[in-house]
Amino acid sequence: MTPLLQVRGIEKRYGARIGCTAVSFDLYPGEVMGIVGESGSGKSTLLSCLAGHLAPDAGQVIFDTRARGPVDTVTMAEPERRMLARTDWAYVHQNPRDGLRMGVSAGGNVGERLMAVGARNYGSIRSTAEDWLGRVEIAGDRIDDRPAAFSGGMQQRLQIARNLVTGPRLVFMDEPTGGLDVSVQARLLDLLRGLVRRLGLSAVIVTHDLAVVRLLADRLMVMKGGRVVETGLTDQVLDDPQHAYTQLLVSSVLQV
Amino acid sequence: MTDDYNFAYLDEETKRMIRRAILKGVAIPGYQVPFASREMPMPYGWGTGGVQVTAACLTPEDVLKVIDQGADDTTNAVSIRKFFQRTAGVKVTEATAEASLIQTRHRIPEAALTEGQIVVFQVPIPEPLRFLEPRETETRKMHELEEYGLMHVKLYEDIARHGQIATAYDYPVKVEGRYVMDPSPIPKFDNPKLDGSPALMLFGAGREQRIYALPPYTKVVSLDFEDHPFEPSKADHDCDLCAASDTYLDEVIMDDQGGRMFVCSDTDHCRCRREAGHVGRLGVAA
Repeated sequence: MTPLLQVRGIEKRYGARIGCTAVSFDLYPGEVMGIVGESGSGKSTLLSCLAGHLAPDAGQVIFDTRARGPVDTVTMAEPERRMLARTDWAYVHQNPRDGLRMGVSAGGNVGERLMAVGARNYGSIRSTAEDWLGRVEIAGDRIDDRPAAFSGGMQQRLQIARNLVTGPRLVFMDEPTGGLDVSVQARLLDLLRGLVRRLGLSAVIVTHDLAVVRLLADRLMVMKGGRVVETGLTDQVLDDPQHAYTQLLVSSVLQV
Repeated sequence: MTDDYNFAYLDEETKRMIRRAILKGVAIPGYQVPFASREMPMPYGWGTGGVQVTAACLTPEDVLKVIDQGADDTTNAVSIRKFFQRTAGVKVTEATAEASLIQTRHRIPEAALTEGQIVVFQVPIPEPLRFLEPRETETRKMHELEEYGLMHVKLYEDIARHGQIATAYDYPVKVEGRYVMDPSPIPKFDNPKLDGSPALMLFGAGREQRIYALPPYTKVVSLDFEDHPFEPSKADHDCDLCAASDTYLDEVIMDDQGGRMFVCSDTDHCRCRREAGHVGRLGVAA
């Protein structure tokens, strides 16, 4: 089987400082990869490089496109990369305000990607938007409300609906549960797990919350100082951490 | 004309610079060409972009018509007409058919335009995507890559909120199947007149320093949805002075008892019709 995403020796430097370096991994269809590490460990930089928001200084990000098979998205022409970003890829920001258009209604937010790929029938755009709001547990009568009138959890769910509406194959998530209280977090995780399993999505999830990766991720990468210090199956890494930093990370989780 | 000014106020080098921008705009219909907009002796928002384009296009043989909201006798029209009478000494007219160059704010004349005429529009905000995407770098990229889905988000919002496309002016158009363009704040009633017009249409935005153009016979399509097609709308009345039923109307409040009248916003067109013997509900025979 061809991996959906092959990452080869990605490096990003900010001047003399290292953002991330020598990161390589394969992601197969339907697989969820978790990336954990402390603040400043380079996990968000890595995700931005993978999603094409930052240009890496070295390395390849090879995506298995529908039309042409595996292509390096770093050297790909910009129109094609942006097309990927609004069809086959999705990017869920930590702060829903970064990923939503706050001046546009919930329905418009969900419909934007559809219109960006050529949908021109108001009725069908609206019914698709309604369907997706339902799937992320937002009441249908909120379709014309602006995201500013939504709670933080609802905004995050709206952002997820907006991203998944075009049926992407690969989802990048940057701390999807950051800033939400634990009960809302639990609901969101439940929803995400259901969507990922049902739609057979592949995902790369960056987080500092080990509970999130335990629930969602099949495999785990632990980053420190811009480098990957440990990789493996999620349960294996969390239950039997080998690297000193991973051991510290696992033992730092608060127990209730 | 006094000798204190170069012909049409601007110096010749500036006019060359503006003409180069106009030529580029004509070569790429609907594309916003940056130009080095000059300070003009009038405030921004009064048509400094249009005035510069007009100044660059004027020749001593030209006959100039200036309209503001369709009228020849409003402040903006009168002051710009006087400006060019003083600095260029060209002939001026109120008749659309006689004019070789028409500078307009917010309207396209009702009378059919002809080949050889130039229409200059005053544009406040040339970027149709501005209110949805405030980043200029991003909107330029969207024009470059033809990513215009966002424009439909605006129309979607209209329908979701008002049940129909409520955008009544500044209605976005697609030019020759490529660039999405802001046709300046003309009512959407005038949008069909942009399509395939025999006259050259030039758009000047002074504060925003952009010029764009529609060469004669350019295909201009107003954006819409399949199930909510574009409709050029107007007030559902006839002109009360000249009885025209096919013109864009202004509503005039007559008293505080709810009295109102509807009159053609194109004053020249209305006058011609009255002189030809048409009389409306409140009109008197000429």
